[in-house]
Amino acid sequence: MATNTLKRTFSRAKDFLQTEKGGIIAIIFTVAYLLVTGLLVYFFIQSLVAFLLFLASGLLVYYLPMPIKAKVIISLVAALVIIPILGIRNIFYLEVMFQICLFSSLALGLNIVVGFTGLLNLGYVAFYAVGAYTWAFFGSQQMYLLHSIPGSQPATNAFFLPADMFYLFAFVGMAVAAIVGILLGLPVLRVRGDYLAIVTLGFGEVIRVLANNLDKPINLTNGPQGITPIQQPTLPQGLQDALRVVLNPLVGHNVTQGEFYNLFFYLITLLVILVVVGVVVRLDNSKIGRAWTAIREDEVAAVAMGIPAVKMKLAAFAVAASFAGIMGVIFAANRTFVSPESFNFLQSINVLTMVILGGMGSIPGVILGAAAVTVLNLQVLQGLSLSLNELRQSGGVIPIINFAWKDLSSQLDPAKYQRLLFGLILIIMMIYRPAGLIPEKRRKRMPAGSEKPKELDNNNNSAVEANQEAHNDAS
Amino acid sequence: MRRTFAATFLREIFRPLGQILIFITATGLVLSAVMLLLAVLLRGSAIDQALIGRNSVDLLTYTLANLPQVLLDGITLGFVYATIALGYTMVYGVLEFINFAHSEIFAIGAFVGVEVLIALQGAGVLANSTGFGAYAWLIFAMLCGMAASGLTAVLMERVAYRPLRNAPRLVPLISAIGVSFFLQDLIRLVESLTTGQFYRVIPSFGNFEDRVSLATIPLAGSTINVSIQNKSILVILVAVLMLVGLNYLVNATKLGKAIRSVAQDRRSASLMGINVNLIISATFLIGGALGGAAGLLYALKFTRIDPFMGFFPGIKAFTAAVMGGIGNITGAMLGGIVLGMLETFAGSFLSVYTMGAAGAEYTDILAFGILILVLIFRPTGFLGEQVGQKA
Repeated sequence: MATNTLKRTFSRAKDFLQTEKGGIIAIIFTVAYLLVTGLLVYFFIQSLVAFLLFLASGLLVYYLPMPIKAKVIISLVAALVIIPILGIRNIFYLEVMFQICLFSSLALGLNIVVGFTGLLNLGYVAFYAVGAYTWAFFGSQQMYLLHSIPGSQPATNAFFLPADMFYLFAFVGMAVAAIVGILLGLPVLRVRGDYLAIVTLGFGEVIRVLANNLDKPINLTNGPQGITPIQQPTLPQGLQDALRVVLNPLVGHNVTQGEFYNLFFYLITLLVILVVVGVVVRLDNSKIGRAWTAIREDEVAAVAMGIPAVKMKLAAFAVAASFAGIMGVIFAANRTFVSPESFNFLQSINVLTMVILGGMGSIPGVILGAAAVTVLNLQVLQGLSLSLNELRQSGGVIPIINFAWKDLSSQLDPAKYQRLLFGLILIIMMIYRPAGLIPEKRRKRMPAGSEKPKELDNNNNSAVEANQEAHNDAS
Repeated sequence: MRRTFAATFLREIFRPLGQILIFITATGLVLSAVMLLLAVLLRGSAIDQALIGRNSVDLLTYTLANLPQVLLDGITLGFVYATIALGYTMVYGVLEFINFAHSEIFAIGAFVGVEVLIALQGAGVLANSTGFGAYAWLIFAMLCGMAASGLTAVLMERVAYRPLRNAPRLVPLISAIGVSFFLQDLIRLVESLTTGQFYRVIPSFGNFEDRVSLATIPLAGSTINVSIQNKSILVILVAVLMLVGLNYLVNATKLGKAIRSVAQDRRSASLMGINVNLIISATFLIGGALGGAAGLLYALKFTRIDPFMGFFPGIKAFTAAVMGGIGNITGAMLGGIVLGMLETFAGSFLSVYTMGAAGAEYTDILAFGILILVLIFRPTGFLGEQVGQKA
């Protein structure tokens, strides 16, 4: 009974929000929420809760029905004004946002392969590694070390390429990764289903082992020690000074060059993610996207309908790989260091967990998944570890069982147990919610020539939801 | 015509033994022949010259002198892989899905076995036991490990796989990956909570480390001692015993018949009065126990174990299972032996034959290369029958 009343109230509220008046209220509420949580973070700069509340505003923008223009404006203000200010006040937040964007892009790429096309790729991180090593090799002094043993210093201090070649290499990295994706796909895509998963896993390991061992006969990767330093693109001094005039009073301290670099990388990943989302949405709505869905649902039928399955799968591999490639280049420049250990199997599973948690095939879902897993990893687990440590030092005792906190083993460190978390997420999602937190929406395809298929994108269409329910039950 | 019990018994014991012998001999002969042929072909080449310059021995002599030891090591490794591969192949045969977490079942067997041995050592039992007693304790630890692994496998199936049995194919696979990661960290958590370190070293006791010398081969002034460690003999013996035992169980008992019928057609099997869930649990129990035993054998051979130890052996054993024809028990044995030998050959000769450009570090990914080749050119494996593609 109670739930029914609740449901009715909820749906009535939803109907109200659909109206024009409701839309305005939604906008006001969202802006107010954003401001309040933003101020909370601004004044309680170390508070994890405040930051999580602030991040939740993204959900509000996504879920509350308001005109698309308002959504865009609110998001842009949040992303371009509020986050930079808060992020420079506490530089860790900027790092978190950077990683969220980075992993969103990776997850969106993997989503094309896993979610749209239904091919489980467990070696996705290999393409990321290819992109990272592309810039790492050309953007460092490695070219002068080809014939010396790993770990030796170059004879010259000059870099092989100017730093601003980074922008060109973002595209080179994309292209190289896409080519590697196609080269891998050609032999591998004949294999189906779970075999494909193992083979791609193998490919990921092959790339890692190669990165580890290609320090001989020619020293291409510097082996397990990794390549460093890698150049970052230059930030003009004049621009920095101009920005300082605006930013210094807002953040309350003199903004350093390192902080500007953090801001720069955040903005550049943001730009990439916008482009990626645009590309993915367009692809999903295109002939190619429909072909991918067809292959996922029933490959035999798709081929029978004249879809070139191998070509389409290769396209999926190449597009996904190119997203990872460009992010690899950005990652290499951001860290100024790459080593094979950054590209292990755990990373592939990390990205897979994001896709699964958010919802295979669902673009907002995947972004939510990436954000959630990144925040869990970087902040919640770390926060738990920290508070456990504080408890240990506090000398307190758990009341009922009379257990002193300081006797708790120092090995019980949640930050170290990512695998446990990822494993649990994967199992629980598969058993209870295989379609993810925000399931993919099945659009109704309009017959050719009919007007405005656009309004069906509206995410509160009840017909669509019913459809989606049916899909959930079926899967 | 009804066979007598004795006839069945003998047939099911000697047939796998014969198969194993044939597999070992054939693989050994083929690989040795290929190596020797390569050595003859490369006579006088830069590779040959480099080796003569370094070790003052030519390629052919070097290869010939090293072959016996490489073969022995390959056989030992091959049996470890074969034992793990059986777990993959049995589950695949029954459920048609890759039990990705089998590598962690393997690790659990190793850890429980080694922990039991450490406890025994702490109790002062191991130090006094020599000869036969040491073997008895080892077998005891192995049984503990097998029990733990088998039960974990059953539990895992019940919790993470059974609810997903009718889901699309990728769903249980992703769940299995989740189980695999979960178990890795669970082992790490348990082990590091107790002692602060997450790796273990098997206690040294008995005479497992002793070497039985088989022959000495003179080579360029020094001699190569062809020998086999006691523990390698033990690994081979236990593995053969388990392979034969499993073969007997599956082919000659009522339980085996039920397993085979569930593998063939789950629905019809249940119509014939077979408790399908029970049989699937039994399959996981048997496969898990075999994996656990393999875990302790592996720990015995390589002494140090850690929670992530299962990953590469698992992948390789899976490759072995696919190579032999997944779902096929004899195939898993063949695949394991072939892969073990290939890997040892590559590890021993690759460095010399590529003049140091690539060496033993690439053996870990050799299995992947083989897996891709097998899947492309003969997806059903050496002994697999053509089955319809299941989407």
